[in-house]
Amino acid sequence: MSNVTSALNGREVTGVTTIREGGFRGMITLRGDLSNANLKKVCKAVTGVDMPAQRGVNMHGESGLAWMSPDELLLLVPHDAADESVAKIDAALNGTHYLAVNVSDARALITVQGKGAREVLARVCPADLRASGLPKGEMRRTRLAQVPTAIWTQDGDDFAVICFRSVAGYVFDLLANAAKTPGPGLL
Amino acid sequence: MLTLECPYCSIQADETELHAGGEAHLKRETVGSLDNDFEDYLFMRENPKGVHFERWRHVAGCGKWFHAARCTMTLEVFGTYSAQTLAPPKDLREKISTKRPGWTWRAFS
Amino acid sequence: MSTRLATAGRLLDRASTMEFTFNGKRMQGHEGDTLASALLANDQMLVGRSFKYHRPRGLVASGAEEPNGLVNMGAGAFFEPNQRITTTELFEGLAAESQNHWPSLEFDVGAVNAKLSRFMPAGFYYKMFIHPRPLWKHVYEPFIRKAAGLGRAPTEMDGSSYEHFYAHVDVLITGGGIAGLAAALAAGRAGADVLLVEQTAHWGGRAPVDGAQIDGLDGDTWVKETVQALESMDNVTLRNRTMGTGVYDHGYALAYERLTDHAPDQDGPRHRLWRIRARQIVTATGSIERPLSFAGNDIPGVMLAGAVRDYAVNFGVSLGDRTVVVTNNDDAYRTAITLKDAGLDVPVILDARPTADGSLVQQAREMGIRVALGKGIAHVNGAKRVTGVSICLQAGEGSEIEEIACDAVAMSGGWSPVVHLWSHCGGKLIWDDAQSHFRPDASRPPLGADGLGFVVPAGAANGAMSTAEVLVDAFQAGAAAAKAAGATGKTGRGPTGDTPKEEPMAPVWLMPQGASYKLRSKMWLDYQNDVKVSDVQLAAREGYESVEHTKRYTTLGMATDQGKLSNINGLATLAGALNAPIPAVGTTTFRPPYTPISMGAIGGEARGELFQPLHKTPMHDWHDANGADWEPVGHWRRAYAFVRGAETVEQAVQREVTNTRENLGLLDASTLGKLIVRGPDAGKFLDMLYTNMMSTLKPGRCRYGLMCTENGFLSDDGVVARIDDDTFLCHTTTGGADRIYAHMEEWLQTEWWDWQVYVTNVTEQFAQVAVVGPNARKVLEKLGGMDVSAEALSFMDWADGTIGGFDCRVYRISFSGELSFEIAVPASQGRAFWDALLEAGAEFGVMPYGTECLHIMRAEKGFIMIGDETDGTVIPQDLGLHWAISKKKDDFLGKRAQERDHMTDPTRWQLVGLETTDGSVIPDGAYAVGEGVNENGQRNTQGRVTSTYHSPTLGRGIAMGLVLHGPDRMGEVIEFPKVDGTSVKAKIVNPVFFDPEGEKQNV
Repeated sequence: MSNVTSALNGREVTGVTTIREGGFRGMITLRGDLSNANLKKVCKAVTGVDMPAQRGVNMHGESGLAWMSPDELLLLVPHDAADESVAKIDAALNGTHYLAVNVSDARALITVQGKGAREVLARVCPADLRASGLPKGEMRRTRLAQVPTAIWTQDGDDFAVICFRSVAGYVFDLLANAAKTPGPGLL
Repeated sequence: MLTLECPYCSIQADETELHAGGEAHLKRETVGSLDNDFEDYLFMRENPKGVHFERWRHVAGCGKWFHAARCTMTLEVFGTYSAQTLAPPKDLREKISTKRPGWTWRAFS
Repeated sequence: MSTRLATAGRLLDRASTMEFTFNGKRMQGHEGDTLASALLANDQMLVGRSFKYHRPRGLVASGAEEPNGLVNMGAGAFFEPNQRITTTELFEGLAAESQNHWPSLEFDVGAVNAKLSRFMPAGFYYKMFIHPRPLWKHVYEPFIRKAAGLGRAPTEMDGSSYEHFYAHVDVLITGGGIAGLAAALAAGRAGADVLLVEQTAHWGGRAPVDGAQIDGLDGDTWVKETVQALESMDNVTLRNRTMGTGVYDHGYALAYERLTDHAPDQDGPRHRLWRIRARQIVTATGSIERPLSFAGNDIPGVMLAGAVRDYAVNFGVSLGDRTVVVTNNDDAYRTAITLKDAGLDVPVILDARPTADGSLVQQAREMGIRVALGKGIAHVNGAKRVTGVSICLQAGEGSEIEEIACDAVAMSGGWSPVVHLWSHCGGKLIWDDAQSHFRPDASRPPLGADGLGFVVPAGAANGAMSTAEVLVDAFQAGAAAAKAAGATGKTGRGPTGDTPKEEPMAPVWLMPQGASYKLRSKMWLDYQNDVKVSDVQLAAREGYESVEHTKRYTTLGMATDQGKLSNINGLATLAGALNAPIPAVGTTTFRPPYTPISMGAIGGEARGELFQPLHKTPMHDWHDANGADWEPVGHWRRAYAFVRGAETVEQAVQREVTNTRENLGLLDASTLGKLIVRGPDAGKFLDMLYTNMMSTLKPGRCRYGLMCTENGFLSDDGVVARIDDDTFLCHTTTGGADRIYAHMEEWLQTEWWDWQVYVTNVTEQFAQVAVVGPNARKVLEKLGGMDVSAEALSFMDWADGTIGGFDCRVYRISFSGELSFEIAVPASQGRAFWDALLEAGAEFGVMPYGTECLHIMRAEKGFIMIGDETDGTVIPQDLGLHWAISKKKDDFLGKRAQERDHMTDPTRWQLVGLETTDGSVIPDGAYAVGEGVNENGQRNTQGRVTSTYHSPTLGRGIAMGLVLHGPDRMGEVIEFPKVDGTSVKAKIVNPVFFDPEGEKQNV
């Protein structure tokens, strides 16, 4: 729909490490009993992937499941599938205590790709970003400089960052600034 | 700058990813309580030199509150545990006893 | 005179020549020089003036411990004071100016202070400037401010950029001398992730200067091979020009990397602040030589013996042709031998010890150098540079035996381990009698999160004073650190060193030991701060027993060098004066940073646009392009008003109010917090959080609610909409979204964890627009879609539907007193929806309005604003909000607190409206005065203004305020003094100024 604009209009800065707004993505916050069989089933149905372990993120194309806390998942789906996915969850979990909300537009997705991605993030992130500290397929909820974010890598080299939409510009500028010069070569 | 293990995420969180929430295991006083009891609940806090129990929130992380047992002198962390409990777990209290024999904190020892 | 030697200079590239200026004078140096070595090569012995007496000062040291060589560097946006010239690498075009003198370095009027030194004893400032009191503000303070501080403050914003880097490593090793290298070798081989940092540009420290032999190789070769070996290990990272500045709790450490100081034309950040989490930290920080306390030891040309050696070997620079060496240990003989080898003259080695026969002593004798045992310096001759020394017996009182002409003095009082990083986080020290220094007590290290030590001292920093001992100690330290960090690999054999046999040093704290007052008052302990032996002794006589107090009283060990040279000598002097053993006096506290680091590095990327995260709504860009006068609200930027053409901000605000009341206004309300609260216990939960009853709210309806803290104070307010039986949507204030979300989670997780409620923050999922004014319904009907008639959507209803093709949720709520719809659409469609409203609203006189218009309209209606009417001490009862406090509920957060006697006190100030009698606006924050005065002679107060505006609707100044017994005093006129001495009178009225019946909003 032409009425739709993302937080940064697809901004990108290319270089050794490329920072790019990752475009639209459907995101659903699901809180509930993660061991509930119906919940697992509908999550798999909506995203096509299995329930991740603690801190895990399982992806298949644009869709995926990320473990956010012992009672919270983030479901990733195509942007235009978010509302219908919430409806599916509502139908499946009717009668149980849960909360499913479309938060796609509350978030922005920014990718950090190419050589040195870990060191770009390490300028502004206190988390252990060594491959041993943040292995692929694991999501770390942390902060980038002054705002909370979630970061993960599927292949071990390229990273995705999720932040609140209102600070997408700040996070983008932060990463683009860090990407201007090479890091110390530690990571 | 401390690091504390979030018992929910099982990661070592940096102090800058955490929010300090003051003393743990406060008992809420409310309507019907005596003035003195209510004021103690609102204002009176432990200030120990040694073993202390605190509340922390993994604010730039999973968002969960947890409890930490810590030595205010050496900053040794004896353990972190769920916030959904009225007392420090027994195994943690025993661990503290081996490290700080004879410790007491409020009603706990 | 100091000069460049024809040969030597292991760090120099003599083929390259660099030009630089000092106080405007053009000079030349070579690549590899420090500014210090280049100045000496140009015979610039005088580098600064001391702080108090403006004494001429030359270089004393060659590294980070240098107290005198501080200069202003650069210009304009790249100007920086207090740059230490011994740690400044020379570059082409470097421009430096000396500090703390007027009119010039050579002729300084302030030097008259030295003549007055008898009248400027220890504690001078405290004694002199205390009386008479009235002189303080206009005489003493300006004088001290002018005299205080070295260098000049920059006047322009810093033009460089800076960054942080977070590193997690197993083992951090600070110091890249042979100890650090040996430790890295062990830890690297064991398989630990190792970060090795070295503050200078070079590896190996001073071992190559001292002629160390390691594994059968000369120092330079061993260092080169070892660095190569370390660089080939994937798990080892080496960073030079990176100083370990501080060690903090739980293995946190800071390191300060100077990326472009040596090459200012290079792109990229100037400094990088490493924020390191290490499992183990090895402090291989070496040791620092101590000066000797003899009269005139501050005259330019008197230098530490090790530094004299450094300049000769590293930079091919001699301090003078004839250098007298004065020492209490064998190490200084190396300097004499080095100088002699370079073809320079060493007229005498004055050794304070009665006997000395170590291998270095023998070697010096064999070279024909005169060695005078049991002798010392009575005083140094010369003013701006050394011309000679008078020799005396060390055991005596200073009677002159002989005068020797010389142009330099190399002194050594022994070596002190650099224990700063060990001590920063609580590592304890022990006194080593044999070496007369404090060294780390390895049995009492700083403790980490696991209660075990996390810092391991290594090499000279651990009191190992010979090459052989250093290597053994440091290799073990590296292995131990790696093991403690969990590495399990084999370390193999460590390097071994070959060391000439040295005899014990002898402590010498005063030279000669029976020196008279006259001599003692010329013996400098602290060069930078002008503290002499006599000052510390005076402090002791005046009752200063604690070394910390003596430091503050005398200024010993303060300022930029923090006593790296002066501490041990100073506290030994204090101990002597107190007749106490040195370890009983103890040291002052070592605090980070090790040497000063730039403010820019501390700030990192957080400057300019990145100073703070700016929160932007989906319509931000439109506002920005349409005259928004921005106002920070929390971390959001909200438009205060949209200024058109030539109008003022104030005129814009008045226009927006009038237009909204008469036609149609649009407010970007996206920043309001929106929290979903869902679950079988959601109603019960909200009943605890809000003062009023929320569980009785019907789905489809909205209710205004108040939230208090457990202390009873009003914390937030907003409209709650019930979505379905289990689900509520709670609006919070703009600044309150994160706070109230956290507040809800806190109570759910830590108190009522058995209640079935989930909360999530959906604030940013929606763009929300308030469509306000008599034409509000018309524009929505024109856009078409859902039924927004009064019948279908009455006041305080909400409904889902579409408007103009946009999926939306419409809340029929009003914060202005006008017909008003707050419409939420997905944030990604916010801008398009805003544009659609503007386009459709054109025929209805649509104008966006900002936060000030919102404020005025709510004040005209008597609605409170969190943060204006509340300040953390106000309870809802103060604001006449009893109607919003449930009497039926057993409990809610704040209820018990509101029963406390202070909260029920009838003299608490109460909210009223205020109407100025002359139509003017009461100043913000004005107080209403009452009868009489308080004990301070100030007029008693009886109220204060909380909100005050010019109301265009009423054409006068209106205000809200808290007034003593206010609601009972309607019609009474009270007085608000202004800062200009006049006052404004206001009548107490009902706070609802406009449309009290609500006729405008209920249409």
